[in-house]
Amino acid sequence: MNIKSNTGLFNKKILFQASRASFAKLHPALLVKNPVIFIVAIGSVLTTVIVFAGIFQGNFSSFNFQIAIWLWFTVLFANFSEAIAEGRGKAQAESLRKNRTQTKARRMAGALEVSVLATDLKKGDIVVCETGDVIPSDGEVVEGIASVDESAITGESAPVIRESGGDRSAVTGGTMVISDRILIRITADQGNTFIDRMIALVEGARRQKTPNEIALSILLSGLSIIFLLAVATLPAFFGYSLAASGLPASQNLTIPVLIALLVCLIPTTIGGLLSAIGISGMDRLIQRNVIATSGRAIEAAGDVDVLLLDKTGTITLGNRMANDFIPVEGVTAEELADAAQLSSLSDETPEGRSIVILAKEKFNIRGREVHQINATFIPFTAQSRMSGVDLKAGDGGVHKIRKGSSEAIRTFVQNNNGFYPHDIQTVVSDLARQGATPLVVAEDSRVLGVIHLKDIVKGGIKQRFSELRQMGIKTVMITGDNALTAAAIAAEAGVDDFMAEATPEDKLRRIREEQAKGHLVGMIGDGTNDAPALAQADIGIAMNTGTQAAREAGNMVDLDSNPTKLIEVVEVGKQLLMTRGALTTFSIANDVAKYFAIIPAIAISLYGGKNGVGPLSVLNVMNLGSPQSAILSAVIFNAIIIVLLIPLALKGVRYRPVSANAALTRNLLIFGLGGLVAPFIGIKIIDLIINM
Amino acid sequence: MTTLDVIQVVLFFVLLIALTPVLGKYMSKVFTGEKHVMLPVAGWLERLAYRFSGIDPEEGTNWKTYTFSLLVFNLAGFIFVFLIQLVQAHLPLNPAHLANVSWDSAFNTSVSFMTNTNWQGYAGETTLSYFVQMMGLTVQNFVSAATGIAVLMALIRGIAGRNAQNLGNFRTDLTRATLYVLLPLSILFAIILTGQGVVQNFKHYETVQTLQGAKQVIPMGPAASQIAIKQLGTNGGGFFNANSAHPFENPTPFSNFLEMLAILLIPAGLTYTYGKMVGSTRQGWTIFTVMLILLLAGLGISLYGEYASNAVYGHLALLEGKETRFGITNSVLWSTITTAASNGSVNAMHDSLTPLTGMIAMINLMLGEIIFGGVGAGLYGMVIFIILTVFIAGLMVGRTPEYLGKKIEAFEVQMAIIAVLAPNFIILVFTAWASVSPAGLQGLNNAGPHGFSEILYAYSSAAGNNGSAFAGLNANTVFYNLTLGLGMLVGRFGIILPVMAIAGSMVKKKITPLSSGTFRTDNGLFIGLLIAVILIVGGLTHFPALSLGPVVEHLLMNHGITF
Repeated sequence: MNIKSNTGLFNKKILFQASRASFAKLHPALLVKNPVIFIVAIGSVLTTVIVFAGIFQGNFSSFNFQIAIWLWFTVLFANFSEAIAEGRGKAQAESLRKNRTQTKARRMAGALEVSVLATDLKKGDIVVCETGDVIPSDGEVVEGIASVDESAITGESAPVIRESGGDRSAVTGGTMVISDRILIRITADQGNTFIDRMIALVEGARRQKTPNEIALSILLSGLSIIFLLAVATLPAFFGYSLAASGLPASQNLTIPVLIALLVCLIPTTIGGLLSAIGISGMDRLIQRNVIATSGRAIEAAGDVDVLLLDKTGTITLGNRMANDFIPVEGVTAEELADAAQLSSLSDETPEGRSIVILAKEKFNIRGREVHQINATFIPFTAQSRMSGVDLKAGDGGVHKIRKGSSEAIRTFVQNNNGFYPHDIQTVVSDLARQGATPLVVAEDSRVLGVIHLKDIVKGGIKQRFSELRQMGIKTVMITGDNALTAAAIAAEAGVDDFMAEATPEDKLRRIREEQAKGHLVGMIGDGTNDAPALAQADIGIAMNTGTQAAREAGNMVDLDSNPTKLIEVVEVGKQLLMTRGALTTFSIANDVAKYFAIIPAIAISLYGGKNGVGPLSVLNVMNLGSPQSAILSAVIFNAIIIVLLIPLALKGVRYRPVSANAALTRNLLIFGLGGLVAPFIGIKIIDLIINM
Repeated sequence: MTTLDVIQVVLFFVLLIALTPVLGKYMSKVFTGEKHVMLPVAGWLERLAYRFSGIDPEEGTNWKTYTFSLLVFNLAGFIFVFLIQLVQAHLPLNPAHLANVSWDSAFNTSVSFMTNTNWQGYAGETTLSYFVQMMGLTVQNFVSAATGIAVLMALIRGIAGRNAQNLGNFRTDLTRATLYVLLPLSILFAIILTGQGVVQNFKHYETVQTLQGAKQVIPMGPAASQIAIKQLGTNGGGFFNANSAHPFENPTPFSNFLEMLAILLIPAGLTYTYGKMVGSTRQGWTIFTVMLILLLAGLGISLYGEYASNAVYGHLALLEGKETRFGITNSVLWSTITTAASNGSVNAMHDSLTPLTGMIAMINLMLGEIIFGGVGAGLYGMVIFIILTVFIAGLMVGRTPEYLGKKIEAFEVQMAIIAVLAPNFIILVFTAWASVSPAGLQGLNNAGPHGFSEILYAYSSAAGNNGSAFAGLNANTVFYNLTLGLGMLVGRFGIILPVMAIAGSMVKKKITPLSSGTFRTDNGLFIGLLIAVILIVGGLTHFPALSLGPVVEHLLMNHGITF
């Protein structure tokens, strides 16, 4: 997706397009989706009409004209914020979509191949793709194996293997086959592909509001109605007061002034930025190469308080490494290392290679070629649960060297009429308790010793988990290891809980249990057998390398297939909600200052007597120049603050992994207190400039 | 203020704080069906009531059934009180031979007592017979207060329940609230009041010869029994027109002190009950603290308003319209308490308060009667503000806002907004109407901003279900009887219905367990936040109106101009 390359906030092209879009978004059908800004737009139209009516009657009011201008700016700035948020993700997605719509697909009709437009494909169609073809739509490989360039989506240039069956069968529309030939069954209808969904999430007009956004919109609309009532009843209150002070109708209580007051009081700041916050939250997710299938998911991510994390890849590096050779009595470490290395020479697994390397490092035993020493490699199978070599000895006999789990080797030596020494059992369980994996090495009937394979816990992961704990998120490590091993690694990594010897069913059960207790659970998975758990979890992130079933079951897809991503997704979700809350608080807190600017301005003459300055002028605490400049300054501040806060809306408030209380205190100081104080300063400055 | 004044105020609050957990714990036992001290005394009455009316006390109902029972019950009460006023001349216990009440006044009065407002457009001793006062008004004093408690109980069960439907049973809650809380306290209190000299009889009005030789008619009646419940049930409707300024309602400083305490006793105790029933008394104390801080702040400003030197009278005590027997401090303490709780009984005329003190009284009404507020009503009104606070500020911790483990979502926000909007709509729209229409202006006795305050106060009092008045307004007109009656209805049920809907929605939700990622609603930070939201959301709406009423009047007074 390469969005990372153009994320600059002030990319000229995006700015230009966004400015144009701000006007296009003035269409009433689009505006009405945002009630707060819609009210401002109605106010702008009314004020404009009044200005023109004034011109026709021959008394042009420059004050009304300026109010009208700034009201329009308020609407445009709100539109602009949405447009600029859209612009950041949309351009790339758009070119991707264009690319695909022009693609021809080779649909299989029986044995025949028919060339059709990619846009005409239906779910269930079978298409064929060969070297150089762009995959026309999302689907699943049903036959063949191919390397695919997915850089269009992931930004990763190295090609990936996609093959039928197994856990790497899903392909995405818009990516390109760079070798071989595959048959693909289309799994998404047009308009519902990965990229379509992605575009839908970042496009303001088509975007579905998320649950929390809906709730917030209701609050904002409600506040707007309350302030509408407060402003609409003001003429009557003033009518009474003017009559009581023996004054004629007020000069300062015209319809434009009332509209100005209303616009200042209703929460335009958050109302204008709400959409931009939502879109850019989605955008931040896309920048991390995670695609959510709905906006709902990203909010749920912020709420997640239990994370199920696979041990391998998330907590530990993918592979275990040989760490030590522990011989039995009567065998030297070197002997053991030699046998271990022999058994691993052709073992291409990372564990096997690490054994060869360790033997070389510790005892300078050099690797040998298998065929040079007359050896046959015996690979690991699920039945034997061992691997090793058969060496042809000088006497024509065959020496069998094997390494494997304790139980497998016990069976092996006992079958060879050997004896399984008791001290080996002690070593094995000691190692297991430390979280290591013991591999027992035997030659024919004789046990030589144990290879200590160790899980390497990722650097910094412990710190990460303790941060999560501070944020109130519980981490559960999922592993196929036995309980002893799992406990040791869990302790080393600092997770809160672990599930040993976990099957997919166990995962599903655990998720249901946590949910029954009221928790929201997040997990990441790839295989088909993860699909039920992914579907059950509140946040299920499927890895892009995974199966189509997993991708359908989850509500997010991680294009990098990086298990640690789960934690980042939670952070993005929290940041999104925080930004909304912060700007809402800011917006509401702003009202105090605006009252103090406008009410004294319109009430100044009441009960005033001769000089026309009444007692309510003491409410003019900012000492603003004139009633008109006070009203204008408040309106200008109200419009400009939207623009000033666009970067914050797009980037999100600064996120730190701290407890709820610490986060709240910090945000309250900045946005609550700031929201009270900032407009007093801002309005005063604008007033000074106006009166210069 | 004298040292004695200070001691008395301090003693008042110490007693209030001390009694809160005592009564609170008792009430939580009553409503959770645990064993309590009144069971052996009155348990048989409760069982008899259920058997007589064929009610299964343990039957759980959902929010719609609960609300429906409540509405039907209140409607029946309204119709009864309305009808007996129309024909009181033909009913017994009417020794003063009072005539039938006009339809608009009867409408206003029956709405007023059903909604726990006790706005009195009439003068008790010259309008209503003993029969109407006892069978109509006193009964409503009990059941309207019990209704408030019942709604609160349903809300608490909604908040505390998990994945359920059941909000309890309105009839059971109503019975228990009346039988175990309101009746015993009222009987006890009535006896004490009688001991202090409050009248309780069915005598004819007495005609006596004054020292100047003039004839004076002294009204009598069963006052003590009504006064006890009018204070305890935050009703506030006086037996006599002068309310608690009348020596037969409030004879001694001791009775004055007790009556003030009685106003806040149950609303304060309910905060503890709330904490107990939602599983954390800290939550209850947090709410109590918010209420107490707002009350003390209001009291402080009010005392300043009365005692500070002013341009017209200097340091003179401003005793006009205040209770000379009790002094300024007791008048101000009462005015603050009676408006904070939606009681509305008065021992001084609020019309005579200085502008600042009058403004505090009005703000107390406008915030929606949540500073202790009406029995039950104050707390469920406060929960509405808590929901708004949690929603606005809770987002800032990066989670979907939740209160006591329940997620606050679109529906709750919508209902909360309706509950805030309903009374504000009444205050703003009706005040605007009355302040420019001849029918509204006709009732004014004062000019300038003070006259405006009288109108503003009346509708705030109706919408807040308070019932006190800026006495200068003559509100017994068709216009005021109807608009204020409507205001009381909206102010009552415009909040009860959304609150019940919230309870019904909350009870179905699961409870998210507490963790360090949870937005805390039981610490100092939340107290500050809640106060800020109450003042900004609840108060800013009325900033313009207040500026044109008490604020400008205060400023003018400092220039030596009064109205």
